[in-house]
Amino acid sequence: MARLRMIQAINSALREEMARDPKVILFGEDVRMSLFGDTKGLFEEFGPDRVRDTPISEVLLTGMAVGAAAAGYRVVLHLMYANFLYTGFDAIANQAAKLRYMTGGQIKLPIVFMASCGGGRSSAAQHSDSPHPMFMNLGGVHVATPGTPADAKGMLKSAIRDDNPTIYLTAGGRGGSAGDVPDEDVTTPIGVSFCAREGTDITVVPIGSMVRPTLTVAERLAKEGISVEVIDPRWMVPLDTSLILKSLTKTGRLVVVDEARDLCSAASQIAAVAADQGFSDLKAPVRRLTVPDLAIPYSPPLERAVLPDAEKIEASIRELVSYKAG
Amino acid sequence: MSNKNLSKDELLSIYRSMVTIRQFEERLSAESKSGILPGPVHVYIGQEAVAVGICAQLTDDDWITSTHRGHGHFLAKGGTPAALMKEIYGRETGICGGKGGSMHVADFSRGIIGANGIVGGGIALATGAALAAQLDGKGRCAIAFFGDGAANQGVMCEAMNVAALWKLPLILVCENNGYSEFSKAADVTAGVLSDRAKAYGVPSEQVDGNDFMEVWRAAGRAVARARNGEGPTFLEARTYRLHGHVESEHTFLPKAYREESEVEAWRERDPIKAFAAMLSDGIASAQELEAIEQEIAALVEEAAAEAAADPWPDPEAAFKHMFA
Ligand SMILES: Cc1ncc(C[n+]2csc(CCOP(=O)(O)OP(=O)(O)O)c2C)c(N)n1
Ligand SMILES: [Mg+2]
Repeated sequence: MARLRMIQAINSALREEMARDPKVILFGEDVRMSLFGDTKGLFEEFGPDRVRDTPISEVLLTGMAVGAAAAGYRVVLHLMYANFLYTGFDAIANQAAKLRYMTGGQIKLPIVFMASCGGGRSSAAQHSDSPHPMFMNLGGVHVATPGTPADAKGMLKSAIRDDNPTIYLTAGGRGGSAGDVPDEDVTTPIGVSFCAREGTDITVVPIGSMVRPTLTVAERLAKEGISVEVIDPRWMVPLDTSLILKSLTKTGRLVVVDEARDLCSAASQIAAVAADQGFSDLKAPVRRLTVPDLAIPYSPPLERAVLPDAEKIEASIRELVSYKAG
Repeated sequence: MSNKNLSKDELLSIYRSMVTIRQFEERLSAESKSGILPGPVHVYIGQEAVAVGICAQLTDDDWITSTHRGHGHFLAKGGTPAALMKEIYGRETGICGGKGGSMHVADFSRGIIGANGIVGGGIALATGAALAAQLDGKGRCAIAFFGDGAANQGVMCEAMNVAALWKLPLILVCENNGYSEFSKAADVTAGVLSDRAKAYGVPSEQVDGNDFMEVWRAAGRAVARARNGEGPTFLEARTYRLHGHVESEHTFLPKAYREESEVEAWRERDPIKAFAAMLSDGIASAQELEAIEQEIAALVEEAAAEAAADPWPDPEAAFKHMFA
């Protein structure tokens, strides 16, 4: 075990996968200097054929990722901030998500589109989105939202080895939370959720950046006798709701916490599944703690007002555990 | 101003404009490094002659779009310095009420469509504003300021194609400072940028972006073409940013990405010093220039003090302004 921060865990996954398979190539803007630190040292280790700085040309880069993957490489494209996925959206939505299907299953597209997502640093509206919901809606791409360093590493390794395109989004900018990461070659299975904490009173499902504050709140509430079960879905696509539904049979109460905007979010999908398949277990309405349908503002008090945090998670849990029907 | 020589008053007002940008940003740089400013800050120090040289040919009715490095364009086009400072401090009194910060300063009442966090994002917006200006038929024009890095976004070529076909009053001002973040232009940009315009039949010029007069004259020709319905112009201004890409970069970069000697050489070619030297050659006295510098220093001091004392936005304000 090593104690790593999110960004270091990503770096070690990239290093290990590039060493393991010479077909893995990495490119993106300033991946040599590495704005966030996650691609640091890779150019020195793997050389200019496999690690390339590119011009600022997202429309081209996402399309090139599709072409290089179709022609036999495992491509990791670093898009820096998740908002720049929008800039390069066309080839993700119209090519990567559809090419295999449209061509009758002829090709495999092993691509990881990676970026740093989320707010909290006053980076304002064009550098703070958590856009996983819109990729969920494409159908043809996996979506990874790891919430811990161990998962950041294990999920990235799985995504690189997988033959499908993956949108891989991590929060935390240049650092992120620290956590224990296994030294061995551990991959995190695709589409498998995880019970991060057992409990009996309420189920909380945090997504990506919300895992850590949720666990902190759960710990705190345990001292008061409120027993919180935390299910981390890890992958938004394929979305594994089995543990969530199982947990509901025990708790009957559900809060989904997501740093994406509310409308058509991952939280609304999970809430819909709970209402549909977990209906008979529910003792209270399903709550979605999300970002209101707004752009992320710059000034700290404004940003705090729109982003979910530990305080809001705690308030939602308290409200739901004391909820009495009728 | 476009076809005559500049009067002493005009020259001094240009000096004032360049010094305002410089001093405000020196203050912002210091505040950013000491952690007072909430978000990332990209300063324009060393490139002032470009924004001021172009904007000195414009009126409030013309449009500009800018970049992540947008304070200089905002101020040169007549944006209020204190309102800029307060925005970057995140205060309620900022030009965007604290919603945008450094990368989104805008003042539509002065034709400033605004800074932009998306590299290349402003180019298409300026092209649209140029279309509107053409439809209005009042001789307005639109200017897209963007970097050498942004010139590698396909939209730059797409904009030139449409602007050339439709004879839009668009001026593409590419500020070639030799770097896209930490990448040298030689590693990410092929050919000569101003040559890209030739392929579309768009008249283009390369100018010394650190020489106010050269920028100003080229801007005069481009603006005249635009106002006369002769279509777009591409200007490549060779310049240099004397500070880092972002003020916090020393805290996270593993190593330097440019030679100190290179920065020093460009510091010798400081556009404001060069302009001051020109003025000192028989146009204005050292005292006159110093008086301007002191006047601006007082303005900066006042704006910063006000910004620090002004209220933070009410959290409820976060819920306003999504839709008209
Ligand atoms: C679409 C998009 N891609 C990447 C970035 C990250 N980024 C911000 S500034 C920058 C470099 C811009 O270089 P240039 O256009 O030359 O402007 P300069 O910083 O030199 O003024 C990059 C890559 C971004 N903001 N937007
Ligand atoms: Mg540049």
